[in-house]
Amino acid sequence: MTASDMATPPVASSGSRGILGWTWKDVRGFLFVLPWLVGFVLFVAGPFFFSFFLSFTAWRLVGDIRWMGLENYAQLLSGEDTRFVQSVYNTVYYVVFHVPGVLILSFAIAALLNRKVKGIALYRTAFYLPSITTGVATAVLWYWVLQPNGLLNNFLNIFFVPLGISPPNWLGSTTWAMPGLIIMSFWSVGTTMIIYLAGLQGIPQHLYEAAEIDGAGWWGKVRNVTIPMMTPQIFLTLVLAVIGSFQVFTTALIITEGGPADATLFLLLYLYWNGFRFFKMGYASAIAWILFFIILFLTIVQFVTARKWVYYEGERA
Amino acid sequence: MAQQTATVEPPAPSGGASGGTRIRTSGRVRAARAGGRFSTYTVLWLGSFLYAIPFLWMLRTSFMRLDKLFDDPPQLWPDPWIWQNYIDMWETGPFANWIVNSLILVVLGMLGQTVVSIFVAYGFSRTQFPGRNQLFILILASLMLPGHVTIVPKFVMFRQLGLLDSIWPVAIPDLWGQAFYIFILRQFFLTLPIELDEAAEIDGANLLQVLFRVVIPLSKPAIATVAVFNFINKWNEFFEPFVFIQTPEKLTLAVGIRWFRTQYGTEFQMLMAASIVSVAPIIIVFFFAQKQFVRGIALTGIKS
Repeated sequence: MTASDMATPPVASSGSRGILGWTWKDVRGFLFVLPWLVGFVLFVAGPFFFSFFLSFTAWRLVGDIRWMGLENYAQLLSGEDTRFVQSVYNTVYYVVFHVPGVLILSFAIAALLNRKVKGIALYRTAFYLPSITTGVATAVLWYWVLQPNGLLNNFLNIFFVPLGISPPNWLGSTTWAMPGLIIMSFWSVGTTMIIYLAGLQGIPQHLYEAAEIDGAGWWGKVRNVTIPMMTPQIFLTLVLAVIGSFQVFTTALIITEGGPADATLFLLLYLYWNGFRFFKMGYASAIAWILFFIILFLTIVQFVTARKWVYYEGERA
Repeated sequence: MAQQTATVEPPAPSGGASGGTRIRTSGRVRAARAGGRFSTYTVLWLGSFLYAIPFLWMLRTSFMRLDKLFDDPPQLWPDPWIWQNYIDMWETGPFANWIVNSLILVVLGMLGQTVVSIFVAYGFSRTQFPGRNQLFILILASLMLPGHVTIVPKFVMFRQLGLLDSIWPVAIPDLWGQAFYIFILRQFFLTLPIELDEAAEIDGANLLQVLFRVVIPLSKPAIATVAVFNFINKWNEFFEPFVFIQTPEKLTLAVGIRWFRTQYGTEFQMLMAASIVSVAPIIIVFFFAQKQFVRGIALTGIKS
């Protein structure tokens, strides 16, 4: 709503200047921004509202659009659609393990790299490269790594064979498919790690010296200097990781196609199937909006609670 | 930190010890410090090796013969070493088409996103007009909007326009600047002293001349960073081309590999060769533009 409201008056005025009391200087500045505004209205705001409308309808791309009221939402939220419930469960399962795992791993790697090590570029490359690798290539690679006799199990067998245990058939098992995808997700820690590394390098040395004078050991320094100073970065990466991990698509599509027996059916995958395989455009839109609200809600919760734990240096003085 | 370090590399118990001297202190106890150094490098070596192994495994597999893939114990070095997989792969799928399509998408994307974003960011940082700040808030809000919410209507829209099954539904929405790049560039432009603009204006430069003669030359690092990220994002893009394009010859390389995976799912030697072809440009760009990556993160850090 806000989008179209805001869009209309300036668009009208750019054609006929003077109507809103716009000077040439105003119009000139506005012209720089105009391309984005056009794209925003056509490909973001427009589709956004149309999608909201569609979520109250039933439409299979051909024929009439039928108004359904809240029926799509009722069907999804009542638990009647068990596959949807399964996909919510799976997505949450993934988020709960992926987000803390990635944050802690990235922090640990960044902390190691922050120790003035020689040849840092080499290590940084090794840790960073996986996170910019084409998602499809990563997925295909891990599809191979997670095979029953793939790289991971070859590695595990070094320890398992002497113990007489056999490693899981990751992708073929409803129990292990999701853990397999979560392990794979720990491979892409690069971006978070670099954000942390930049943060760690920005912590002023004198804070550690002051802490030492106060008799703090290494844990004292970590707890009272490093972690408080890093809360803005931790907050930023937490928000980004939650948003990102609710939208897993490529890996699940390529590696497991949601299987076995829906064990890795993610929300976005279910949305895709409804929309572009079953052509249930209204139903898919309702799923999109539920997903959107989940993400929005969690983001707001994080921003609200952030006041309690995120420390911004500028605010104290 | 001790337990976190240990998570990086469970097999190396020394990780815990290294935590003790993790922070850059003046290092009072020499012996402890030397020990800490040693275990830092041990953990780093093991850790980065762990992260590199999947790549090496991919490379290895791409040079192996199909019947050797499942040898037990596995071959660490391909024997025999063959190039045939790359030839087979190239002849099995329309790779040349896919690469060309991806390149078209990358070029259009960079023109439409990086280049247009420069103009838009300039408008937001160096000009005044009514509603400017409200519009900028809209940009920030649109950053939060996940792309999947708009995918169904976009599909419907491009279907009406008869553009489905081509790269246009992917490329056209890219031509209008990109919210995140606009944001980064605006933040950077704001750090440039306004006095430079004013001096140029006194010399009779108009807004565009100020942009091209003052702002762009001073912003090369930020622009290079955005361009590099733009390249990688477009090259890797999957969801939209996957939804909009069906005909195998019209796919981009990323989606083409997914097609390849559905057709030849068990021919891992060819799949790995195909993946390497898709990853190679990224790795090359990374090695030439490492600075831009590190700086890019610093730039996004401005946000917080």
